[in-house]
Amino acid sequence: MKLKKFLIFTFIVINFIGINQSYSIEADVFVQSTVNRASEALNNEYSKEEKIEKLKQIASETVDINGIGYYTLGAYRKSISKNEINQYEILFEQYFLKSFSSRLAEYSNPEIEVVSKKKLNKNYTMVSSVLVGTEQRPEVKIDWRIYTKNPEKPLIRDLIIEGLSLARTQKEEFSSIIQSNDGDINALFSTLKEFIK
Amino acid sequence: MKKIIITSLISLMLVVNVSADTDGENNLSKKNSREVKDCFESVNRATFKFNQVLDGVIFEPVAKAYRVLPSPVRAGTGNALDNLSALVTIPNNILQGEFKKAGVNTGRFIVNTTVGIIGIFDVAEKIGFPEYEKEDYGQTLGVMGVGPGCYVVLPVLGPSTIRDTAGSFANIIGGDAWYNVTVANNTQHFSDFDYYASRASSGIDFRAKNIDSFENLEKNSMDFYASVRSLYLQDRQQKIANSNAIIQTQDDSDWEEIETQ
Repeated sequence: MKLKKFLIFTFIVINFIGINQSYSIEADVFVQSTVNRASEALNNEYSKEEKIEKLKQIASETVDINGIGYYTLGAYRKSISKNEINQYEILFEQYFLKSFSSRLAEYSNPEIEVVSKKKLNKNYTMVSSVLVGTEQRPEVKIDWRIYTKNPEKPLIRDLIIEGLSLARTQKEEFSSIIQSNDGDINALFSTLKEFIK
Repeated sequence: MKKIIITSLISLMLVVNVSADTDGENNLSKKNSREVKDCFESVNRATFKFNQVLDGVIFEPVAKAYRVLPSPVRAGTGNALDNLSALVTIPNNILQGEFKKAGVNTGRFIVNTTVGIIGIFDVAEKIGFPEYEKEDYGQTLGVMGVGPGCYVVLPVLGPSTIRDTAGSFANIIGGDAWYNVTVANNTQHFSDFDYYASRASSGIDFRAKNIDSFENLEKNSMDFYASVRSLYLQDRQQKIANSNAIIQTQDDSDWEEIETQ
């Protein structure tokens, strides 16, 4: 009887530890596994539509789309209403997934090698990688800004290609659209809707 | 006379530039590239459109045809053009106080021009002297603390800033040895055509290497002009900082404010 109680107790303790044990994922391992998933999705066996769907799925699991959306909105995120923020979040997600997947779908079997990582602070780690060169294009350096606040679920926040930040480029593009329309955020919404169509 | 006019023009541009960027901050600080003012935006946008038309009619088709050439031919052409650009990089290495780089680049130029047959083969890299980043007079002015001034789009040549445009004038007042032996002075060996052909070829080579990226960017941009402006200014900022460390040219403060977890 004592043995039975002991076994049950041990079983409960093991399960309790197992359930509560957290597994942090290293940023470089996360990037390499994301890249491997994307490479598989870009396999030439799939049609372009299938590639796009797979890439959208990967992006929604590995990219901090809301975070990028807020960053991209810049100072405007502090001055617009809650309703406008909600509307923006919905539009930005659709815009991002379409833009991201169609940009990548053009590539076939890209070979990306993770080279190193540098922890900036507890929230961010930069992972450096290279897109291996082919006959058609030279080697390209790609750095990944990984949001690591929750180490169990790292997320991509920016890609920096040869020193050029995609998030920053997008932020300046959005800002230009708003400024060209006398600071009217609705102009950005209309442009986003037009793009999503 | 020609030199006096050009020198006066450069001085004027730099004076205007100082007025346009009087906050006293060095542009190497982590400033947002968008802070470079687009003072002539409507003219710039018109020039940008003109350049796009020109690109569609001339540069893109030529670049596509160039891409059909066998890979070793393109690699050789790219190497020879890179080798010529060392003639601008070396004086700028010296002006920036990078004497070791100037020495290595000079050695590379001599080896590649001779053993590498006018630079077609990058022999220097094979013997352990890889190429350093290219430098120009605009970058040197940036390193010296001259602000970028307003953003401008030049016909045919594309994006620039007042500082970079002023810097490029230095090439034609003696700062580019290749220009000096082809256009500025009548030598028996080279003609003006050699200089302009090499400049045009550099443009085509660059366009051919980036043809997919440009197409992709144009297709996925909602404001292509603004995207190109942002990329150009980020690129210049990074080149002037002479740093591969991304974090040195990125402003992190905005990222730090965003909490989603």
